[in-house]
Amino acid sequence: MPAVRIPPTLRADVGGARELEAEGSTVAEVIEDLIERYPPLAGQLLQDGELAPFVNVYVGGEDVRTRDGLDTEVRNGDQLILLPAMAGGS
Amino acid sequence: MATYRELLAQVKTEIDEISSIEAHERLESSDGSIFVDVRESDEWDEGHIPGAIYTGRGRLEQRIEGLVPDKARPLVVYCSAGSRSAFSAKVLEELGYSNVVNLAGGFSDWKRNGFEVTMPRVLSPEQRARYSRHLLIPEVGEEGQQRLLDARVLLVGAGGLGSPASLYLAAAGVGTLGIVDADVVDESNLQRQVVHSTDRLGEPKVESAKRTLEALNPDVSVVPYQERLTSENVDRILSEGWDAIVDGADNFPTRYLVNDASVWHGIPVVHGSIFRFEGQVTLFHPGVGPCYRCLFPQPPPPELAPSCAEGGVLGVLPGIIGSIQANETLKHILHRGDSLAGRLLLFDALGTTLDEVVVRRNPDCPVCGDSPTITEYIDYVEFCNAPVHL
Repeated sequence: MPAVRIPPTLRADVGGARELEAEGSTVAEVIEDLIERYPPLAGQLLQDGELAPFVNVYVGGEDVRTRDGLDTEVRNGDQLILLPAMAGGS
Repeated sequence: MATYRELLAQVKTEIDEISSIEAHERLESSDGSIFVDVRESDEWDEGHIPGAIYTGRGRLEQRIEGLVPDKARPLVVYCSAGSRSAFSAKVLEELGYSNVVNLAGGFSDWKRNGFEVTMPRVLSPEQRARYSRHLLIPEVGEEGQQRLLDARVLLVGAGGLGSPASLYLAAAGVGTLGIVDADVVDESNLQRQVVHSTDRLGEPKVESAKRTLEALNPDVSVVPYQERLTSENVDRILSEGWDAIVDGADNFPTRYLVNDASVWHGIPVVHGSIFRFEGQVTLFHPGVGPCYRCLFPQPPPPELAPSCAEGGVLGVLPGIIGSIQANETLKHILHRGDSLAGRLLLFDALGTTLDEVVVRRNPDCPVCGDSPTITEYIDYVEFCNAPVHL
């Protein structure tokens, strides 16, 4: 089962977890599974059925947009990193 | 037993010599000749032939093979009058250098002919003491330290990230630090903004930082900009000749403004951001790697951006991320090491883990891509109801 790293900006939406396990063999399926369990994530991750332009998803350290996007294959044991932009610096 | 004069005369019959005029022709024609200065270091400090390498006669045998591994390379050896260098030329031939000439008349004759002289800039005795731990590292050394002293770095924000970054850059001897921040020191800053202190409450952050940094290192000059970076002032501030920008802003409008301006001005940005227990850090180097918009083409809509009020940050986190920013900045100035361009580091203070993801330049990037669609500054709306400070 792939592990999904939850960034601090999204933890409030998933009950505070830093990492979650999710079902799915593609990025789309994994995100779908997460949204089903944590509906507030929908607006943070997707826009018009596509990955929102202000969030990146990495599989094996590579941005899925440079691979097959939402169709990028995810294997058991893969780590997905969700990375929304964050601006804090002060 | 031969006298010195007899020995010198003997050596001179065994080596080749050229005049200053011939040596000058070699320098002008860039024929690959290396000029080797074997005088004392204080003589070198008072001027030398342009491009010459310095070994000093005492360590010539020890050092020359490291400096000039190719023993067929033409060498022109000189001292002040041509005597010490005659003995040096002989030694170099004995070491197997096959194309060695002595400069007859030495540096004195070179100067008499009016040929150009390079005046090396030297560190003062105080600087030698202050930067001794840098001078001991081959990757920095005297040349690197001079680079740092000549460097100009602009810090956007004198807050959580700007504090450690500016302290380490100042301590390292980065000669000019520009700091942009409109804010004043508040009690709630002091849990992490270590460039300020309790006696500075209410003081403009740029003035407080200037006092701390210039007290830490008198070689550093701090240029304060007590203003918020906007589309109106960004060109004025960025056009003042910066080698790098350290982005420690705390809001999206400034982040995107810094990015777009840095791409158009061609200035690398050492980017750091923090939230609670996590930090991100990378280098955006225009023309070399991706920019911030390659990573995130546009900011999140205000209603989805994390609320500033509920943010919070572990005090030491900006210390770690800001120090990595200082490290990247120093490497960039020194031209050393592997930069973070194209790599985004993700630090998790709770797990104490460091992950790395790849960031590629996006050919469709609206700012640094092949056909940019953004060509002027965008003033994004504020993201918090509370006033946004750098």
